[in-house]
Amino acid sequence: MVVRMNAPIKNKLLKGETGEWEIVIGMEVHAQVLSQSKLFSGASTTFGAEPNNNVSFIDAGFPGMLPVINEKCVEQAVRTGLGLKAKINLRSLFDRKNYFYPDLPQGYQISQYKDPIVGEGEVLIDLKDGESIKVGIERLHLEQDAGKSLHDQHPDHSFVDLNRSGIALMEIVSKPHMRTSEEAAAFLKKLRAIVRYLGTCDGNMDEGSMRADVNVSVCRVGGYDEFRKTGSFKSLGTRCEIKNVNSMRFIAQAVEYEARRQIEVIEGGGTIAQETRLYDSKLGETRSMRSKEEAHDYRYFPDPDLLPLEFEQSWVDAIAKTLPELPDEKKARFMQSGLSPYDASVLVGERELADYYEELAKGVDAKAAANWLNNEIVGRLNRDGLSITDVPVSAAANNAIIQMIFDQTISGKIAKDLLDVVWTEGGDPRQVVEARGMKQVTDTGAIDAAIEAVIAANPDKVEEVKAKPKLSAWFVGQVMKQTGGKANPAAVNAALKTRLNLPDEG
Amino acid sequence: MSDLISMTLAEARDAIRAKKFSSRELTGAFVSAIEKARPLNAFITEAGEQALTMADAADKRIAAGQIGALEGLPLAIKDLFCTKGVRTTAASKILGNFVPSYESTVTQNLWDAGAVMLGKTNLDEFAMGSSNETSAFGNVINPWRAKNSNVNLVPGGSSGGSSAAVAADLCLAATGTDTGGSIRQPAAVTGRVGLKPTYGRCSRFGVVAFASSLDQAGPMTKTVKDAAIMLKTMASVDAKDSTSVDIEVPDYEKLLEGGIKGLRVGIPKEYRIDGVPAEINALWTKGADWLKAQGAEIVEVSLPHTKYALPTYYIVAPAEASSNLARYDGVKFGYRAEGVRDITDLYEKSRGQGFGAEVQRRILIGTYVLSAGYYDAYYSRAQKLRTLIKRDFEQAFEKCDVLLTPTTPGPAFGVGAKTSDPLEMYLQDVFTVTVNLVGLPGISVPAGLSENGLPLGLQLIGQAFDEATLLRVALAVETAADFKHSPAKWWSV
Repeated sequence: MVVRMNAPIKNKLLKGETGEWEIVIGMEVHAQVLSQSKLFSGASTTFGAEPNNNVSFIDAGFPGMLPVINEKCVEQAVRTGLGLKAKINLRSLFDRKNYFYPDLPQGYQISQYKDPIVGEGEVLIDLKDGESIKVGIERLHLEQDAGKSLHDQHPDHSFVDLNRSGIALMEIVSKPHMRTSEEAAAFLKKLRAIVRYLGTCDGNMDEGSMRADVNVSVCRVGGYDEFRKTGSFKSLGTRCEIKNVNSMRFIAQAVEYEARRQIEVIEGGGTIAQETRLYDSKLGETRSMRSKEEAHDYRYFPDPDLLPLEFEQSWVDAIAKTLPELPDEKKARFMQSGLSPYDASVLVGERELADYYEELAKGVDAKAAANWLNNEIVGRLNRDGLSITDVPVSAAANNAIIQMIFDQTISGKIAKDLLDVVWTEGGDPRQVVEARGMKQVTDTGAIDAAIEAVIAANPDKVEEVKAKPKLSAWFVGQVMKQTGGKANPAAVNAALKTRLNLPDEG
Repeated sequence: MSDLISMTLAEARDAIRAKKFSSRELTGAFVSAIEKARPLNAFITEAGEQALTMADAADKRIAAGQIGALEGLPLAIKDLFCTKGVRTTAASKILGNFVPSYESTVTQNLWDAGAVMLGKTNLDEFAMGSSNETSAFGNVINPWRAKNSNVNLVPGGSSGGSSAAVAADLCLAATGTDTGGSIRQPAAVTGRVGLKPTYGRCSRFGVVAFASSLDQAGPMTKTVKDAAIMLKTMASVDAKDSTSVDIEVPDYEKLLEGGIKGLRVGIPKEYRIDGVPAEINALWTKGADWLKAQGAEIVEVSLPHTKYALPTYYIVAPAEASSNLARYDGVKFGYRAEGVRDITDLYEKSRGQGFGAEVQRRILIGTYVLSAGYYDAYYSRAQKLRTLIKRDFEQAFEKCDVLLTPTTPGPAFGVGAKTSDPLEMYLQDVFTVTVNLVGLPGISVPAGLSENGLPLGLQLIGQAFDEATLLRVALAVETAADFKHSPAKWWSV
């Protein structure tokens, strides 16, 4: 596996009017902690409840209410930190981030500002060409989510739903180590895979369980290398933060648009103002939300209602012991068994897919199993709009089909038909093969008989083939037809050659 | 039965247990006393009917032999404690007609012990004040008047409704909260006992927050013994308050016995402040002599950072308040301004009309000291000073067991006398704020009368979670002072 801290900039440059530019991308990902109750209250976190049904007095900011930390959320943050190979801080602080908004009932968000629970870590991202790049993690901290303002329910009223208010989020901040929109999307994809493997976030972007803010800047060629060497942000351009980009596709689009926009501004003699921008997925563009001058003064200070968050290393060690095999480790193991880096990274992208693959590949050739899964099973899932968790044919049944191909019980062609049968009708593949007579014919007697029948029916073709041996494929096809597709194609070829006296190369 | 209301909490408790009278009789006496004392404006909400219902329930339990620590004893509750089903105002217009559907932990502890709630007492708005003049429900009048004077005086603050209620025999005891002196100062200027326990001793759950790292609930009583009884029930570790502390709550009443022989009493030299009247310093010296006479050793100690305490307090407390009071925005509950254009207008008008001048002043100060560019100069330095002040006390307590100081720089002053100058008002807390900054327990005990016949208090400061020793020394002061004075009940004539 090739891993580079700083991949070569081939194909990573954007051409402008005045020369080439580099894009530099950093991300802030909000991942909702998987927990039964909220970060500082006992209210439920179930998605889809009626508005304001999952709200305690604490979440609604009532007088005299006090936050009490949910230990499960702390454990989940530590678990995620371990999965990001990050430094776990045994002492961290909760701060108040003060601003007014109707869906922020306390008038402040409890977050972690100077002393987060998790420090520096890293994520390996997998690119299409099989290359892997290391992206640094700056920090992970715990914070409360806000509620939701609904402006489209009534002509002159706004409504507030506080179900989300107080739900625990992990804000995961990357270093500016990404260079293309593909890398940015790959980062989010990998992060999503890791938290899903860990069981710390369901990664459901449609329900808002994972949201990304993307920081984009552009600089002249060489600026990024200078930054990596010196750590000085001066060699990078001014960044704009694009808020709440909620799908992999939109991230790629938003980055592309924003980089182009910045290059145009600079090349037109302007300067980039540090600001927060919003991605409009309908128009495919970003637009200004608020400038640095309009930015809130959040007046952070330590929350006096909460003690510093402190725990022992032994507790962290105990959590570390329960970590599952993570995507990178699994990928390495898959590659050792013969898979290409690309196949391996596709399979580990979803834990359920990887688990399915592992059962499917038991005792059969790894590459064949991966191909069968990627081509046949995933193909059918996509066709039917299903996900791997809904697959109608078990991994064990597919394993049996692959075994039958290998021991020549059935041909590859019949195997696909067989999969179609069990896909729609169910049943044990071996029994279906028996019951429907789908077994491959290797019996030379039966094949010879079929050849004789085809010759007898087509005497003119025999002469043509003798003149042009390449036409023998027509005969093979006819014989296969005669045997209902069950004849072993290799056996048919050999028998034909002997019968028609064809040369070996043909 | 007018004698019923002048009993101490301990006397009433023992009498009820001896079935000398019922809780209903006792409660009824207070209910009518409260009605007669309306000119004092001590209560924002009187809860007479509910009190009688609670008294009847207590009488039933007494008859059944189920007698809680405060069974059938009528109390007044500062209107900063949320009480289920009873309007809670924090003496602010902004809470409107807010009726909580939950009970604060401290008051729940009291009801669980059988106590009866007479009503909710007046206070400075959001507990911000030292004279009870910032209340949106009008100021409270001190039951005490100076010799040969009809001038209305302030009852101290912010727990001025509670201090007036205790001093005027409108309850057996009351709850208060103390962020910078709000229990001790009003107790001192009304001639009664006020105890601020160690930070974390009483749960803050359900108490409307002013400054979270300083706020602490405590009892306001007629005697030291009553304070010991009240604290035992009010204090508890609480899963709903992360800053409450899990340290055993001893039987303070039992631990009052034993005297103070051999105890070392520290006199902090920095508490001799220019401009403080001679009679205050004279009383302080007298207090030291009383303790010495009972076998204590008097030692001079130094608290070198004392002069920074008041400025530190007036950074930390407003900073926390500016954030704590952000939730009162007209959106979810309480007061909402009419005729607003948009959400910003709603915030500005609701908060502008809903908060009084002093609260607005502190929100502005707090917002300022936390702002980008000023945080390091103010909030950050205040936190460092807090650490230094804490170290002062740690070093002082190597040489002594408790500290003795005056509680206030003078007796009760006239209504309106200090309202035009906030700084002069803030000086009322000069002896008391330090204790809040370091979380230690402090108690004010009535020790004598000023030249013009008004009560003065002495303050004792104890070590963290050692309220038992603090109360024992307080009892020694109380015994020696033999303060038997009560205000003439001019309002019910």
